[in-house]
Amino acid sequence: MITITNLQKSYPRANSRGSDVHALRGIDLHVEEGEIFGVVGASGAGKSTLIRCVNLLERPTAGTITVAGQNLTQLSDGELRTARQGIGMIFQHFNLLSSRTVRENVQFGLEIMGLKKAEREARVTEILELVGLSDRASAYPSELSGGQKQRVGIARALAGNPKVLLSDEATSSLDPQTTDSILQLLKDLNRKLGLTILLITHEMEVVKKICDSAALIDDGRIVENGTVIDLLNTPKSKISHALFPLGESHGSPGHTIVEMMYAGELAERPIVATLSREFGIDVNILGAAVENVGDHRVGRMRLELPGDRASNEAPIARLRDSGLFVEVLDDVMPDASSGVVR
Amino acid sequence: MTFDWHVMIPVLWLALGQTFQMIGMALVLTIVVGLPVGVLLVTTDRGGIFEAPFGSRRFGAGLHAVLGFVVNVGRSLPFIILMVALIPFTRLVVGTSIGPVAAVVPLTVAAIPFFARLVEIALREVDGGLIEAAKSLGATRGTIVWKVLVPEARPGIVLGLSTSVISLLNYSAMAGIIGGGGIGDIAFRYGYQRFDTAYLITTIVLLVVIVQLIQSIGSAVARRLSHR
Repeated sequence: MITITNLQKSYPRANSRGSDVHALRGIDLHVEEGEIFGVVGASGAGKSTLIRCVNLLERPTAGTITVAGQNLTQLSDGELRTARQGIGMIFQHFNLLSSRTVRENVQFGLEIMGLKKAEREARVTEILELVGLSDRASAYPSELSGGQKQRVGIARALAGNPKVLLSDEATSSLDPQTTDSILQLLKDLNRKLGLTILLITHEMEVVKKICDSAALIDDGRIVENGTVIDLLNTPKSKISHALFPLGESHGSPGHTIVEMMYAGELAERPIVATLSREFGIDVNILGAAVENVGDHRVGRMRLELPGDRASNEAPIARLRDSGLFVEVLDDVMPDASSGVVR
Repeated sequence: MTFDWHVMIPVLWLALGQTFQMIGMALVLTIVVGLPVGVLLVTTDRGGIFEAPFGSRRFGAGLHAVLGFVVNVGRSLPFIILMVALIPFTRLVVGTSIGPVAAVVPLTVAAIPFFARLVEIALREVDGGLIEAAKSLGATRGTIVWKVLVPEARPGIVLGLSTSVISLLNYSAMAGIIGGGGIGDIAFRYGYQRFDTAYLITTIVLLVVIVQLIQSIGSAVARRLSHR
């Protein structure tokens, strides 16, 4: 639905001295139709520039952006405006018109599209119903809570029936509870309307709760990219480690530390007990987490096995055979006090 | 000092009518010209929606610089000098340089740059995020100006308008001296040249009341319009 190839964006320095600032250094990304794709990254990583390039609020320096089969970078101004009507966008600070009521805000995009008043009214009633704000139609944004404002933002973005929704940190200024309700709404809309959602966020929680796929952006480059399940099954994945923080646990000298990821029904099995019984070893659990990621139940566990790595080949192979993704952490410190694992 | 109301009221009534005529006509012209100038001052600035009209960044920057310069020139001349300097122009436009209608020309020329700057200040208060949101919905630049920028800045523009009206009242008193008539004319001719303190005091009271009224109305309307 959205294909981004070799996207670059650099800004000239404000004064003529110094080199250009490279916000994006060649981004390739593909968002499938109907999925929720999350781009995560620290502030300054370029994620905001990235999403603003998708509907060309920001003109890329190089690269192409194709949305619904249309190469946006080649369009004329007029064609671009029409294309934007098919790409909704919601914002961290909502960006609602304070001089308009909820109803009038939601109508704004429809006015731009040139719909007749009666059609607009009908559509607004319908979409406000969908986001659960029918009772606040005549309120002004200043009378609403943050969560309600974002619902208006969503309604406005979706009033024109776009295929794609861009979300620029849409939950970042909301409290955790409200964030959950907005994420749930986005997920519902994604399922109900087949809406493709590209979102950027600095909160891993957002990826965990609603994303089908995710990418990690750092210093203007995509460093990881894939479906969330695939990422979770990639032992070295930074995203999966961030989704499942196990904390820092020291291993004892002369032991082997193993990390495992498991999804689906594997999460239900008594892995540690089996290992202990089959190999007659004392398995020590250093950290574990089982959580729901999107629609999947996923677990991650860090185990300590007695003996060095060579002596543990058989149990590790056994774990891998049972469908787990196992990573053996680099050598345990000879002296536990000298540092932490990894 | 005697307040002979039978004589004074007709004189003041006529003068009041002239003042409102001058201010009213000048105000309409000021809005018609000053609002677009204010909009252009903001939108042709760097990062504005008209920073590159017709695809030319240089044209946008040039337009911005020229507008800024003209507005500053208009603002740098004291009204009394502007009025005298404009006499030939006023004759050209109105056919005479005397009377309330003739006074409208210098009043308008003085008030446009003043109001345009106040509009500029009000428009700059509008959050850039709103413009982005409108763009993301596919809005044209015209739509952004008339459906986002101006409506969102309306409370500030209304306050600027009442400030401009008060300035016009101030200028109109001076215009009266060179033949525009109005309240200022009365204060000057009766109060100053004839030493008739009754007229002087009455016109001062009138002016104070009018200014208070204009400001109260402006503030009340601005409050009504503001939903921030």
